[in-house]
Amino acid sequence: MITAVELGLIYAIVALGVYLTFRILNFPDLTVDGSFTSGAATAAILIVNEVNPFLATAAAFVVGAVAGLITGLLHTKGNINGLLAGILTMIGLYSINLRIMGGANVPLLGEDTVISALRGVAGTGWNSVLVLVAVALVFKLLLDWFLHTDSGLALQATGDNEQMIRSFAVSTDRMKIIGLMLSNGLVGLAGAVVAQFQGFADIGMGIGLILVGLASVIVGQAIFGTRVVIQATMAVVLGAVIYRLAIQFALNAGLNPNDMKLMSALLVIAALLLPQWKGFRRIAQWRKGRSALDAAAEATLTSEANVPGKKVG
Amino acid sequence: MLRISDVSKTFFPGTVNERRALVEVNLGLAAGDFVTVIGSNGAGKSTVLNTVAGRIGQDEGKVELDGRDVSKLKEHQRAAQVGRVFQDPMAGTSPHLTIEENLSLADKRGRPRGLALGVTKAKRERFAEALKVLELGLEDRLKTKVGLLSGGQRQALSLLMATFSQPKILLLDEHTAALDPQRAELVTRLTKKVVEEQQLTTLMVTHNMAQALEVGNRLIMMHEGRIILEVPEGEKSKLAPEDLLAEFAKIKGAVIDDKTMLQ
Ligand SMILES: Nc1ncnc2c1ncn2[C@@H]1O[C@H](COP(=O)(O)OP(=O)(O)OP(=O)(O)O)[C@@H](O)[C@H]1O
Ligand SMILES: [Mg+2]
Repeated sequence: MITAVELGLIYAIVALGVYLTFRILNFPDLTVDGSFTSGAATAAILIVNEVNPFLATAAAFVVGAVAGLITGLLHTKGNINGLLAGILTMIGLYSINLRIMGGANVPLLGEDTVISALRGVAGTGWNSVLVLVAVALVFKLLLDWFLHTDSGLALQATGDNEQMIRSFAVSTDRMKIIGLMLSNGLVGLAGAVVAQFQGFADIGMGIGLILVGLASVIVGQAIFGTRVVIQATMAVVLGAVIYRLAIQFALNAGLNPNDMKLMSALLVIAALLLPQWKGFRRIAQWRKGRSALDAAAEATLTSEANVPGKKVG
Repeated sequence: MLRISDVSKTFFPGTVNERRALVEVNLGLAAGDFVTVIGSNGAGKSTVLNTVAGRIGQDEGKVELDGRDVSKLKEHQRAAQVGRVFQDPMAGTSPHLTIEENLSLADKRGRPRGLALGVTKAKRERFAEALKVLELGLEDRLKTKVGLLSGGQRQALSLLMATFSQPKILLLDEHTAALDPQRAELVTRLTKKVVEEQQLTTLMVTHNMAQALEVGNRLIMMHEGRIILEVPEGEKSKLAPEDLLAEFAKIKGAVIDDKTMLQ
């Protein structure tokens, strides 16, 4: 249980990255499957070579960001479809990751890692969970802050109305590249921490990661809502933890770890299909009713839009 | 302030879909000029505005802004000096961002965007002050998402945003066409007011003859990619909508005459 929560909190950083591309930029970025492993591989090899684990983890962020940069350039300057650009980088990274590691995996047993540092300060109980909660919140708050800066607002507008923000002198290409770099940087960093958590980096550890990120984002936002950015990012963090707990639950129920990819896929499919089903919509209505106060406030504010017979723009 | 020299544009050249949208168009606007553009559908009005904004590149010719050749600049590079309001009320704002965030985006036009907070207390006060001009009460709703506003409110906000950081040229493409008469009236009134106050050089496309005559100091009429009528300052105020309609009839007639002659 504690392990699941801890992992969930680490994966929350992945979910924040996926949120940035999928939700904010409206860009389905599949690079993450590769950049996660790149981050893990980079950090692992540096740690084995006696580099400070915190520095190694920071390096993983940079390597992830470079992966994002490549996808961004392929898409914006090369005019390659976004989905395909991500797949190309992801596949290319597979070979690169093998090169970085010099093999299919790098064990980290007995090395000084950020996790061994964590264990040193907070042990293995709820104390360490608290530390990881703080870490996840720091990343959430940093992202919240960034999205409200001048650059961050331009990035949000790029995903929202590209034509409009271009007419305000913003290079949407540049915004997409920045978003992809940040997102993959976060994912690479998370990969580094996961490797240190499990005690090894492995060539296959990123496979299907995009679904883990998506599932966290979708599940979190379905439960906790998305009205404003700070709420949406909180939902994403919680979604990642809930996802891990769900996986743990499935494992306890007798499923095999090899079934987990299928589970992830089914979970995302369910999350995408359920909202289209009538009965679920009724529940959603009920949920809306609960936040009726918000709705009422919004409605009085938009009274002009509600004049009967007037088209709401 | 704006000079368009011999600009031509053909879409899908060399195919069956070939369309000559602009044919050697020449147009100059002095600082403070407010030119209304009329013409039938497909005349090339929007294409003129799009070539000025850099949204589409011209095949031939040159666009100069404030004495500088901008023909090769990309849309977002020119946008530092070009304000635009589109026909679609959805097009000019970011629906998922709030009113104050949208204004903050407009405020930074042409200036570097860094890591300072987009909305601060001081800015918020300035935004509220600016919104009062619209007389729509939007100054009390700074934190409302723009997607929740009505079409008219959004278009008024788009206009404010387009003119917020004093562009060198303002491009309006049928920006009142999607609104009901009352709202259209309001946005037209606001347009006149803002353009006058800021002495903006403006190019405005409209299908409404009365509006074309009511606002601006000059008028041009386009047909099949060419400017076929230019009404200079001073003469415009003497024109009545009937004169413009007669002018329209004349081109239509001329076109038919050409065809009958060819047969
Ligand atoms: N992006 C484009 N791709 C292909 N053809 C285009 C494009 N934009 C305009 N055209 C064509 O160029 C010609 C001029 O179009 P334009 O939109 O400038 O006309 P307009 O005068 O604005 O007409 P309207 O009054 O209907 O808005 C039309 O024949 C149109 O089909
Ligand atoms: Mg048009």
